[in-house]
Amino acid sequence: MYNGKFGIWLFLASEIMLFGALFSTYVLLRVGAPEGTWPIAGAATTRGDEILNVALAALNTAFLITSSVTMVLAWANLKMMNFKKGQTMLLVTVLLASAFLVVKYFEYNAKFHHYAVTFNEHFEHEGVESNTFTATTPAGTTKTIHYLHGHVESTKKNAEGVIESYEFLPDAEHGHGDAATHKAVEIPASEIARITNYGPGGSTFLGCYFVITGLHGLHIIGGIVVMLYFLATGSKMWKTQPDKYANRIECTGLYWHFVDLVWIFLFPVLYLL
Amino acid sequence: MGSSAHEIQSHLKKYYMVFGALLVLTGVTVAVAEMHVSIGMAIVIALFVASIKGTLVACYFMHLMEERSMIMWILALCAFFFLLLLLFPVFTVGEQIGGLAEPMRGLSPQ
Repeated sequence: MYNGKFGIWLFLASEIMLFGALFSTYVLLRVGAPEGTWPIAGAATTRGDEILNVALAALNTAFLITSSVTMVLAWANLKMMNFKKGQTMLLVTVLLASAFLVVKYFEYNAKFHHYAVTFNEHFEHEGVESNTFTATTPAGTTKTIHYLHGHVESTKKNAEGVIESYEFLPDAEHGHGDAATHKAVEIPASEIARITNYGPGGSTFLGCYFVITGLHGLHIIGGIVVMLYFLATGSKMWKTQPDKYANRIECTGLYWHFVDLVWIFLFPVLYLL
Repeated sequence: MGSSAHEIQSHLKKYYMVFGALLVLTGVTVAVAEMHVSIGMAIVIALFVASIKGTLVACYFMHLMEERSMIMWILALCAFFFLLLLLFPVFTVGEQIGGLAEPMRGLSPQ
């Protein structure tokens, strides 16, 4: 075993502990969350897939798994002295990694424009009606929650800059009546008990989701930078030391497979439980 | 790993088979989640399938099976500390799991 490979394995060992710490934090918070607060408070949701886009995440899983195959094929072709095919496979890996980030951008963007609105009492206006669910508080009493999920299209403010009402587009699957036809409705701020954005501050779950997937995304960017280097100036090494170049691609591959491996665990844990 | 051109050529078919298995197992994970089984069962199945996928990636793409035993020991040590990391906080707040302990109730959202 050459030094570089041993170094990468040690680095990956430290990475296991980094993601392990976040993973165990997430599990502890998930298991200890009081009823009605996970993944987001004030709505009848119990699992991540009710507020996350599973189809996009499954697509991203396919992208990463495929990129792992192209990465190992890049190394295999270099070892078989097939430089051109090796470089092509490395380029495909970069493209798949970039596709992962593009999908992630759309996922993140949708979250920052999505809200859960909890009403003081039953809400019905312009054919849109709030959903209800009964939550049990930790003290054992029950409470009926009236809520809607959707996008805030715009806000109306008074002279002091305080929001008076929201132009709200309910999600088809969560609204009744005209919500199914995707019609926006004006909600006076006075009728809202709580409005929660799906951003990192929206709930404990969303905080965990953005921190863990954000860190994973940074690892993807790091991998892309390294692969681009070996596609460009780093590839000059092939002419003088082809074996050493193939070894460097092997080390890059070990890192890349680890990034794929982390996602393999994140996907079910964040999106499906 | 053994890395002569001939040996690598013989590994290519394995890589494609593992790729197929990973895609199928991803489909299985999504399908099980769609069945909306209990949360406990969902966690067990999801982590079991993820573990199989992770093992395939580590053994075949990362060639872990062919690495020196020292690497295995380093990773085993990591796995041990990860489990410790996972279980230690659970032991300390064990009585709160599944509902808040009595003294905490006053602090919880009503």
